[in-house]
Amino acid sequence: MAVAEMGSKKFDYAPAPESRAIVDIQPSYGLFIGGQWVDPTDGHAFKTISPSSEEVLAEVSEAGPGDVDRAVKAARKAYDTVWSKLPARERGKYLFRIARILQERARELAVLESLDNGKPIRESRDVDVPLVAAWFFHYAGWADKLDHAGFGSSPKPLGVAGQVIPWNFPLLMLAWKVAPALACGNTVVLKPAETTPLTALLFAEICQQADLPPGVVNIVTGAGDTGRSLVEHPGIDKVAFTGSTEVGKMIARSTAGTGKKVTLELGGKAANIVFDDAPVDQAVEGIVNGIFFNQGHVCCAGSRLLVQESAFDEVLESLKRRLSTLRLGDPLDKNTDIGAINSLEQLTRIRELSEVGESEGAARWTVACELPDKGFWFPPTVFTGVSQAHRIAREEIFGPVLSVLTFRTPQEAVEKANNTPYGLSAGVWTDKGSRILWMADKLRAGVVWANTFNRFDPTSPFGGYKESGYGREGGRHGLEAYLDV
Amino acid sequence: MSDRIDVRKTYKLYVGGKFPRSESGRSYEVTDRKGHFLANAAMGSRKDARDAVVAARSAFPGWSTATAYNRGQVLYRVAELLEGRRSQFVDEVAAGEGLTTRKAEAAVDEAIDRWVWYAGWSDKIAQVHGSTNPVAGPYFDFSVPEPTGVVAVVAPQDSSLLGLVSVLAPVVVTGNVAVVLASEERPLPAVTLSEVLATSDVPGGVVNVLTGRTTEVAPWLASHMDVNAIDLAGAPADAVTELQVAAADNLKRVVRPEATDWARTPGPQRMLAFLETKTVWHPIGV
Repeated sequence: MAVAEMGSKKFDYAPAPESRAIVDIQPSYGLFIGGQWVDPTDGHAFKTISPSSEEVLAEVSEAGPGDVDRAVKAARKAYDTVWSKLPARERGKYLFRIARILQERARELAVLESLDNGKPIRESRDVDVPLVAAWFFHYAGWADKLDHAGFGSSPKPLGVAGQVIPWNFPLLMLAWKVAPALACGNTVVLKPAETTPLTALLFAEICQQADLPPGVVNIVTGAGDTGRSLVEHPGIDKVAFTGSTEVGKMIARSTAGTGKKVTLELGGKAANIVFDDAPVDQAVEGIVNGIFFNQGHVCCAGSRLLVQESAFDEVLESLKRRLSTLRLGDPLDKNTDIGAINSLEQLTRIRELSEVGESEGAARWTVACELPDKGFWFPPTVFTGVSQAHRIAREEIFGPVLSVLTFRTPQEAVEKANNTPYGLSAGVWTDKGSRILWMADKLRAGVVWANTFNRFDPTSPFGGYKESGYGREGGRHGLEAYLDV
Repeated sequence: MSDRIDVRKTYKLYVGGKFPRSESGRSYEVTDRKGHFLANAAMGSRKDARDAVVAARSAFPGWSTATAYNRGQVLYRVAELLEGRRSQFVDEVAAGEGLTTRKAEAAVDEAIDRWVWYAGWSDKIAQVHGSTNPVAGPYFDFSVPEPTGVVAVVAPQDSSLLGLVSVLAPVVVTGNVAVVLASEERPLPAVTLSEVLATSDVPGGVVNVLTGRTTEVAPWLASHMDVNAIDLAGAPADAVTELQVAAADNLKRVVRPEATDWARTPGPQRMLAFLETKTVWHPIGV
């Protein structure tokens, strides 16, 4: 092409797909119980698809109550006979091994996660999987240091933990659950989400590769019924759940009176608060990261943008310009920013709530971009003119939809931010340090990000106030959930 | 018996990630417990000690500002390499300390596990020994542990690997850099450890290993004005007071020698000894 022609032509990215050849997906999977792959005795099979193409990836077993019972018994046996008897540092060395294998198989895990979940490979490769390994490294080191963690001398494990995790960060949520549980000396039965079971099943293989004693980690796949069988099983000592507030409340009710220790990491409707002295470009990056990271399938997403009135025009203009540069499409393409919505069910919910937003009077703005023919997609969407009474300001949409509200004073920002039954996270953007700390004091949220958003680290406790759940995951604080203290 | 003549190795110093000979041109014989020749080791001098301090100081900015996670990863990798050299360490510990193979194996295993134990502390020490301080006023006030700088380590004389690991790992895990004076009569595990470090991800200069006469070199480290702290674990009893007096010139942090069972899991004391506490105040207000 001649240079003269290039002058008028808009450059575009060439496709840059990550190869999926590195992943060997089996046609069907059993349950991982007692260190073995077993067929379900009273369950059925279901299919897991790639949400970006609707292609069937594999057939997965649905564990029935009898299968869950087998898994719990295997976990109990492993707890009684092996894991609780093992010196703490040997337990730690198993976790270090797992961490190393996770690093060594990082690309495989990232590709599989993007296939099964729909998230961009850039995120699974650069965020999810490195954090997964980091989580195991961090908690590996804790295994023989529990005496120093501030829970008294020789704190004891609980026993068998039943863990139910969501589909938005399948492997990362597994790591948040399994690593601290094992480090503290518990054994686990984990149920991954029905739409994203594959990386958990690959993790089971990694446990075998690390020679982890059979039964220490058991993985039962299935949907809500399987989760209920696990949570309500009398043989478990601990329930750890990440998911919706609705299900969290059901678990709180069903575990009442059982003596099971419960931690819940539930929904959110975080306020991302931008003051007029904030550097706009950085704030806009933070807003985009806050709500469009992982297609907005993030419990701590900054789904309510609170902008100081005097900065509204500038921030919105800059935000729309930035959103227009986002690339939506093939999750395995290394240039993709926005991947697929995880399921048709979730897409339907996002569509419904967006329609409600319009019908209640908010103004809808959507990035003009082509959506692929197959799969589940929703373009980045911004609502302005949103009032606190609107459903899109109150309910968790769990998609790439941002509701914009305004405020005049810091006090008003705090009132609006806290005006929600949730309390998982919040963001504050301002140049003034004292105001960040003043806001952080006033915000009723478990994590406050200042001039950044959606940061995660194994040393940093994460969890919610109010109806966003209870208990913390990460760091020294995260040990408490798995110790008898 | 084979006619083959074995290839004998020259043991050198480890300074700034390189293996120089002693500038003094001296060496000394290392023998096993029965007096049989094992190797010649470099006899480090005052100048070697000063070179090592310079190398350590220049490595401090990078190592102390690496993330705790990164330091933990780098140190865990060292443990993996130690495991690969296990049999060599067993031979050296058995010969140097006069232990049976079984006891030497136990000491080496403990040393590797000890290294892992300390590696795991990298991203935990601040959470356990830092704090937010509820001051009576509108201030956010927090205290964080920070590495003190260049730490001289007079390694234990008897426990040539486990003792060495037990005094070196707590220094570097928190971001300090070290100049180690190896056990005088049993320096070989220290030299092998330096070969492990040289092929690991630990940046050159973070750990420097000197061999030689303890009473000759230790005073220069104790009095050096660019050394921030000194662990006297392996200092001869009759030199301890003098070394502490020398260390007082720039108020080095000093860990005094005491009878220690190196096989026992330690507490955090050796890490805390080489950490400063920094407290930060920041106003809270709209």
